[in-house]
Amino acid sequence: MTTRLEKPIFEHSVPGRGAEDQWPRDPGPAATDDLPAALRRRGRPLLPEVGELEAVRHFTRLSQLNFSIDTHFYPLGSCTMKYNPKACNSLAMLPEFLARHPLAPESVGQGFLACMHELQEMLKAVTGMQAVALSPMAGAQGEFAGVAMIRAYHRARGDLERNEIIVPEAAHGTNPATATMCGCVVREVPVNADGDVDTHALKAAVGPKTAGIMLTNPSTLGVFERRIEEVARTVHAAGGLLYYDGANLNAILGKVRPGDMGFDVIHVNLHKTFSTPHGGGGPGAGPVGVSARLAPFLPVPVVGRRGERYCLLTERDLPQSIGRLSGYMGNAGVLLRAYIYMRMLGREGMAKVSEHATLNANYLLARLRSAGFDAAYPGRRASHEFIITLRRQAKELGVTAMDFAKRLLDHGMHAPTTYFPLLVPECFLIEPTETESKAALDAFVAAMTEILAEAAKEPERVTGAPHTMPVRRLDDVRAAKHLDLTWKPTAAHATPATS
Amino acid sequence: MAFIPHTREDVQAMLAAIGVDGIERLFDEIPANLRLPSLAGVPEAATEMEIGRLMAERARLDGRPLCFIGAGAYEHHIPAAVWAVATRGEFYSAYTPYQAEASQGTLQLLYEYQTMMASLTGLEVSNASLYDGASAMGEACLMAVRANRKSRSQRILVPTTVHPHYRATARAVAGNQGLVFEDVPYCTEEGCIPAGALDRYDGQDITALVIQQPNFFGRLEDVDALCDWAHARNILVVAVVNPTSLALLKPPGQWGARGADIAVGEGQPLGVPLSSGGPYFGFMTARMEHVRQMPGRIVGRTMDAAGRAGFTLTLQAREQHIRRAKATSNICTNQGLLVTAATIYLSLMGPAGLERVAAASHARTRELVAALTRLPGVRRLFRGPVFHEEAIALDRPVAPVLEKLAARGILGGLDLAEHHPELGCALLVCATETKTSADIERYASALAECLREARAA
Amino acid sequence: MSNVPSDLKYTRTHEWLRTLPDGTVEVGITDHAQHALGDLVFAEVPESGRKLAAGEPFAVVESVKAASDVYSPIAGEVTAGNPALASEPEAINSDAYGKGWLMRLRPAAGAPSTPFLTAAEYEKLIAAEGG
Repeated sequence: MTTRLEKPIFEHSVPGRGAEDQWPRDPGPAATDDLPAALRRRGRPLLPEVGELEAVRHFTRLSQLNFSIDTHFYPLGSCTMKYNPKACNSLAMLPEFLARHPLAPESVGQGFLACMHELQEMLKAVTGMQAVALSPMAGAQGEFAGVAMIRAYHRARGDLERNEIIVPEAAHGTNPATATMCGCVVREVPVNADGDVDTHALKAAVGPKTAGIMLTNPSTLGVFERRIEEVARTVHAAGGLLYYDGANLNAILGKVRPGDMGFDVIHVNLHKTFSTPHGGGGPGAGPVGVSARLAPFLPVPVVGRRGERYCLLTERDLPQSIGRLSGYMGNAGVLLRAYIYMRMLGREGMAKVSEHATLNANYLLARLRSAGFDAAYPGRRASHEFIITLRRQAKELGVTAMDFAKRLLDHGMHAPTTYFPLLVPECFLIEPTETESKAALDAFVAAMTEILAEAAKEPERVTGAPHTMPVRRLDDVRAAKHLDLTWKPTAAHATPATS
Repeated sequence: MAFIPHTREDVQAMLAAIGVDGIERLFDEIPANLRLPSLAGVPEAATEMEIGRLMAERARLDGRPLCFIGAGAYEHHIPAAVWAVATRGEFYSAYTPYQAEASQGTLQLLYEYQTMMASLTGLEVSNASLYDGASAMGEACLMAVRANRKSRSQRILVPTTVHPHYRATARAVAGNQGLVFEDVPYCTEEGCIPAGALDRYDGQDITALVIQQPNFFGRLEDVDALCDWAHARNILVVAVVNPTSLALLKPPGQWGARGADIAVGEGQPLGVPLSSGGPYFGFMTARMEHVRQMPGRIVGRTMDAAGRAGFTLTLQAREQHIRRAKATSNICTNQGLLVTAATIYLSLMGPAGLERVAAASHARTRELVAALTRLPGVRRLFRGPVFHEEAIALDRPVAPVLEKLAARGILGGLDLAEHHPELGCALLVCATETKTSADIERYASALAECLREARAA
Repeated sequence: MSNVPSDLKYTRTHEWLRTLPDGTVEVGITDHAQHALGDLVFAEVPESGRKLAAGEPFAVVESVKAASDVYSPIAGEVTAGNPALASEPEAINSDAYGKGWLMRLRPAAGAPSTPFLTAAEYEKLIAAEGG
């Protein structure tokens, strides 16, 4: 981490400079003399003109302005920021895998397709589902695939009225947004004081319009939904299906399976549970698993097997499919990384993951409670994550959860998820993951304790945080009111004409 | 192997702090009848050494054939610096920059990316990426429905010269919200949308027209005329473009009198390996007036408490975590790492380098098509200009010929029979700057051999 | 404590109404609502001529942390959206009952409306919500 700011790359640019060793030889103007003048570009795009070392130095310096798992404790709740083993990256980037064209024939790709087929089988085993499609490119697209399949299932049965998707009020925003994208109407149901879904309200909410329910279990409140079987019975009895949001699968890996809880369709976030990189915002991967009755509706392509050969099944093989969600085969390279990670864990490793993720979360919760912080659900076990609420501190000391979050940065720790779920005021959703050591957890408790003491003594140090980051607190209101979304050349850096 | 650092003593101390006698106790809220005895179906753990060996074997099985397939995914040279820097842990293992002060690197990079993509496409604003080009087209159509307040029909015209997978994906992504996608037939002589093809829609309520340039066949559409036709009828224009081509071709923001309203495309050509189809990234740019209808993350420059410039996510009230069921999209995680690679790639290429890549790729494709069409029984399929990809016709079914070529280590192109049977024995071929004259010669002589064998048989 | 002028009518969804001398009704969001939303950065107001049903969303107000639909308390036709808010959405924060008005509406004849609250009733409502 450095605190030295780096100027925009356009301000390093000098007309006529470039990383020329990277460019192909100039084919000359005759090479493009067949392109009609009316369709040609006039004026060059605003791209920087810098040498290779300048570019490498610029982007390396930018990287050093980031917190990351490799450099900092990163307990971002609901995101499972665990160590991304380096082998997963280097082996997925073997030159043959990188060079394979997505439309290359299946005969050229049996190695890759074998990995994909085995990945589907492993995902079936860990989720308890009957069939898997790998192509959804993130959790939200997996959700989309799942709800679209639920709709397609009802329609195929002639059950056209079912367009309501039930979500608990604490659900992640992608759940209601997904329901809308699928043309459904959202019905929220409350959760009770213990964090479980209010089953009375659920019973009142279901009916002949119920398409399904979207649930995360353990829930976004960091607790296991204890009455899951009753929820499943209620929704199924009303003719609806159950969708499992796999955001929190890390908590139960090898312990209990969504398929056994009664779910009909799930997505798995490979970038969470199976440790593919978060990449500064992606890529993710959100494969979907389904029970037998939804299998005909899976998005294509699905990896199949004919005799000894692996192949891609398309709309021809699955005529009821909800269709294609990506140009080719989803985030194939991410899928490879997850495959490698799962093979390294093996069946013993998977159970160890959930055990130690849960151990770390419960330990951290116990230590924070002893240090004077309030659990949002004090009567409950933590899953792999938990919520503390700083409502009392906000009231007594005038120091909010956001202030604590910013001050944690000064302690060299990424803040937990803040102000989510919206249901719990002034909350931190904390997910330490299984790959963090006891020492790292103890250091977090020490930092929180110190901030709490500071908040009582010198609150402006906390409300004015961060103090040691490359920038101080940023003005979000200004950012939204005075939109500055692209760099503009000024007289000082006269870059060649923009288009 | 589970990458867990605890010693036995750590575990005991932690259990004692929690006040339980074993880890199993922590799962006591899960109903006992649901508990899984064991994970049959998952193999036993493999060490890094073992998995390394397995993956090397699998990779060897796939080999490295000489590839002349394009069709939306293009093999370009990727400078070693691109992935060396992009896979630094500080980029690779960070997440969405929610804590702006601890994510200035990612945020500034995204701001630089937005600047480059807006300029490359000739439009004003860019988001920080969508999943891929095909799904981005679906999102663009949904955005057009929100942005075009003069239209209520939700009808989207999509020429059949648009990539067939894009058309399928857009239907799957946007169809559930009631959008109606209408195929506009193309001219099978020209391989593009003829002037007048749209006249039958005159006077109808249409929300948007999609135009792909170059189109699926590599042909250049008359984008100015198509764009003006749409705008004269209050129809928004969604451009689907290849970013490499924009170093040479007119950017969507300059199509016709007013320019396209939204541009999307596949970012893969900008430093992203082919990798069996992903991860790639979709880019999206638009006119400023439509920015609040855009899906996905957007980064803005602002001031910090000390008055210094800094970067943060902005316009978040469009997004699912705030707007929930009324968000512009459900997208959350995007393709950040690929955008990182693309931004480094574009910085190394600069305007001149990208133009070289485009021109050299185009030159190689011309060389390839000239070499192939010198063979008896091989001809150009369409009249008119193309960009770095072209459809050719063979005098016999394409699939067996491609199989013979593959056996010789050559991927000879994409058989058009599946998506465009009306074109007969047609093959879509592409060469980029990565192909040499020797590669092209190798393909041409192999094709000559295969055709000779086929005739003899 | 929120400012709740006694001469206005209110709704359960935090809109206020003022009947103007020409019979049109001015609508905005309450001081309590603007406070809950935080610094406003954007407001989308309706175009004049638009016909609204009672309870129909007619505007969107956005802060950096929240976005909220605003509902028409009464059926009618929009006679004006507040044009000043395009460049100055913060007027809703600084002057919710004055410069921060969102629209003016001519109520339809015998217009159905959502139930209105008096200032005292509205004060009770926000007190109950923990405001």
